[in-house]
Amino acid sequence: MSLYNIFNVSGSGMSAQSVRLNTTASNIANANTVSSSVDETYRARHPVFQAEMSKALSDQSAGVNVLGVVESDAPLKVEYSPNHPLADKDGYVYKPNVNVVEEMANMISASRSYETNVQIADAAKTMLSKTLQMGQR
Amino acid sequence: MAISLDKAFGIHQHALLVRSERAEVLASNIANADTPGYKAKDIDFADALANAQKKSGYSMSKTHEKHYDLSIDINTSGKFRNPMQPDTGDGNSVDVQMERNQFMQNTMEYQTSLRFLNGKIQALNKALSGGQ
Repeated sequence: MSLYNIFNVSGSGMSAQSVRLNTTASNIANANTVSSSVDETYRARHPVFQAEMSKALSDQSAGVNVLGVVESDAPLKVEYSPNHPLADKDGYVYKPNVNVVEEMANMISASRSYETNVQIADAAKTMLSKTLQMGQR
Repeated sequence: MAISLDKAFGIHQHALLVRSERAEVLASNIANADTPGYKAKDIDFADALANAQKKSGYSMSKTHEKHYDLSIDINTSGKFRNPMQPDTGDGNSVDVQMERNQFMQNTMEYQTSLRFLNGKIQALNKALSGGQ
């Protein structure tokens, strides 16, 4: 029955959005971490979403699948501060390529999308319970 | 049988099925609002209802065990939505606001069909109990 499938669909949407929220949290938390080499520096992470045409569902509905998490290849911020304890031999420290403003916008978008999915599941629940009460007085 | 439940319930039982199908399609549009390349879909209600009333799908008869199992599903009335804006940057054509309103409307229509069905059942009940 297709009303039950709505729970799968919006559930997959919720878990995808929570992955997105998770990466955003990790990006913001690490926005100010400093390291002494390019390789050790944290890079901004973003999930890649993909529509999941499930075999079990009818061919028209699709859940969301998180294909993977990719690291941003934007250039790192390099800062000259020879007095920093983590500075390399030339006096540079490396900071992550996290754009905090972008991440904040991302966070709001993710939490709104999550909310929408919750409301859809809630509406489906109401529809189902009304259907189960059909014919009762 | 003297009482045909199928006839008594009329169009509403089919409408209910199509509405629940449409709710699922709209839910997947909303779930995929951030998926790159996803195209919003919808069900042509009149088409789907006509199909559901005709009979739920048909299949070809097999006269040999090596024949392919060929059946035609009723779910062929799914269509892609015309996007409101030409380009969203990532090939996604979901307009969340519109989808939400469509979902809300579909929910109300579902409950209307349900109300009609309930009325029919209550009428049958009344007839069976003789109004007592």
